[in-house]
Amino acid sequence: MVEHVGTYGHIAWLWIRAAWQYPTSFVLLAVGNGLITGLDFVGLWIMFSHLERLAGFSLHEVALLYGSASLALGIADTVIGSVERIGTYIRTGRLDQMLTKPVPLLVQVCADQFTLRRLGRITQAAVVFGWACTYVEWTPLRAIVALSMILSGAVVFFGLFVGFSSIQFWTIDATEFANAFTYGGATVTQYPLSIFPKEVLVALTFVIPVAFVNWYPCLYLLGRTDPAGMPEAFQFVSPLAAVLSVALALLVWRSGVRHYTSTGS
Amino acid sequence: MSAHQPLIDVHDLERTFVVRRKVAGRRRRTREHVVAVHDLTFSVEAGEMVGYIGANGAGKSTTIKMLTGILVPTGGHVRVAGLDPSRDRVKLARRIGVVFGQRSTLWWDLPLRDSFELLQKMYRIPLPRYRENLERYVELLDLSAQLDTPVRQLSLGQRMRGDITAALLHDPEVLYLDEPTIGLDVVSKGRLREFLRSLNTERGTTLILTTHDLQDIEALCDRVIVIDQGTSVYDGSLAGLHVQGGSTRTLVVDLVDEAAPIDVVGATVRKVEGPRQWLSFPSESSAAPIVAAVAASYDVADLSIQEPEIEEVIRDLYARGRRS
Repeated sequence: MVEHVGTYGHIAWLWIRAAWQYPTSFVLLAVGNGLITGLDFVGLWIMFSHLERLAGFSLHEVALLYGSASLALGIADTVIGSVERIGTYIRTGRLDQMLTKPVPLLVQVCADQFTLRRLGRITQAAVVFGWACTYVEWTPLRAIVALSMILSGAVVFFGLFVGFSSIQFWTIDATEFANAFTYGGATVTQYPLSIFPKEVLVALTFVIPVAFVNWYPCLYLLGRTDPAGMPEAFQFVSPLAAVLSVALALLVWRSGVRHYTSTGS
Repeated sequence: MSAHQPLIDVHDLERTFVVRRKVAGRRRRTREHVVAVHDLTFSVEAGEMVGYIGANGAGKSTTIKMLTGILVPTGGHVRVAGLDPSRDRVKLARRIGVVFGQRSTLWWDLPLRDSFELLQKMYRIPLPRYRENLERYVELLDLSAQLDTPVRQLSLGQRMRGDITAALLHDPEVLYLDEPTIGLDVVSKGRLREFLRSLNTERGTTLILTTHDLQDIEALCDRVIVIDQGTSVYDGSLAGLHVQGGSTRTLVVDLVDEAAPIDVVGATVRKVEGPRQWLSFPSESSAAPIVAAVAASYDVADLSIQEPEIEEVIRDLYARGRRS
């Protein structure tokens, strides 16, 4: 495991070095990326200039939700790299070449074309999250929950993207279907989940567990009682949700690879 | 029990694919089993150079994919360096090199040097050995001027040499080459063949070559395996292939004057065109007595001998295999 992370690091580093051969283009991409995602938050801001509260949440509370989810997504998105394009890799035969290398396929696919273009998003998210954090009344436990929230959130997204991208081992036609869950899941986390009916919240907890990315831990950081009345323990189990979703994703990935090597398509 | 095990051991290997096909007038797609490889048996000893040839769709790539672990066989037995390729794929990858002629394994946007460095990390090649190998192959394959060029800017020949270097940095025991000379000019082809031959004699690297270019085979391979419709139809020396294929050499005779078809023992006239006549005789027999016989009874202006084209030999072999 550790050695694979090492290999990943080496591959990623080479790609960063390669990108630096065109520094202007790199900087423009990163800044552009940050600006585009920054508009998301400007949108929220404008919404709040007309509206005191959203489902009972103030601007800085929504900023905490938005910032933490966006930060987690930015980190996951950077780490997973090319996994969404697995279908293209299959079509072009690049996957076959990767299968002849002594490094697990997932490590190779994630590290391939590694880019820091999402640095813009991460920076923008970190600024919003940092600003929102100044409104939180900090305790040591809240600090730990905040840290574990970002890490677990990134891992949950990692699992979602890897798991749903694996569908492409069976059929490439399902990309849009998968996007509904991955990007769809990422988008809903930018709002207080109490705006949705309880059935949706249950689905976002147990099926596509994005509620653990930020919603439950943020409730704890903000000292709020759960408006939907979910168990209070949920506010602390994000790491567990992360481990479960990544384990499930790896299983799906492995059976996808096995399906590929046994069908050749 | 014998301790000896060939480097590559294939026994009754089989691979079928399930193809879903839409049939007109039926709602559901039907499933069809297509046999890509069947009853394939051969073994390769360390240090051999084997040409693996066959028409498109004969099962060449499917076999190579099973040997490298990319594809799981549906039947039979395959071992490479004592490993089950599909089960021990990652472990086997350290001991083999694969070059796909038409697709580069190099990283398109990275300079050649970075691609090599990446492979050093992936294969965890000890640095001294990596540097030694890099220096050696870059010199032998004449790539030193291209090391800092991004792969996408390389010529086809340079890229191919880069790919071969990439496949050899970790000192593989077996090198699979899929159409290594495709698209190269005559000089580059010649140099590449020379390099591969020296690799085999000096390092003892086993070479498995799939190719359409029969000159590759003639220049490199002592042994040829011909695959047709998923199974081996010939396994042996190149000379033997001529015999088995029933191939013939041709003696072209230019007579001083037009004459009736030449009548000599051991050869038959295939074509007459004015004073020029074409005589066929079996590949394995010598041309000398026939030439002597012709010269003794006719006024000969000129003589030349045409060697059989292997394409034809193989075509004949296929034709026989199908008939029997």
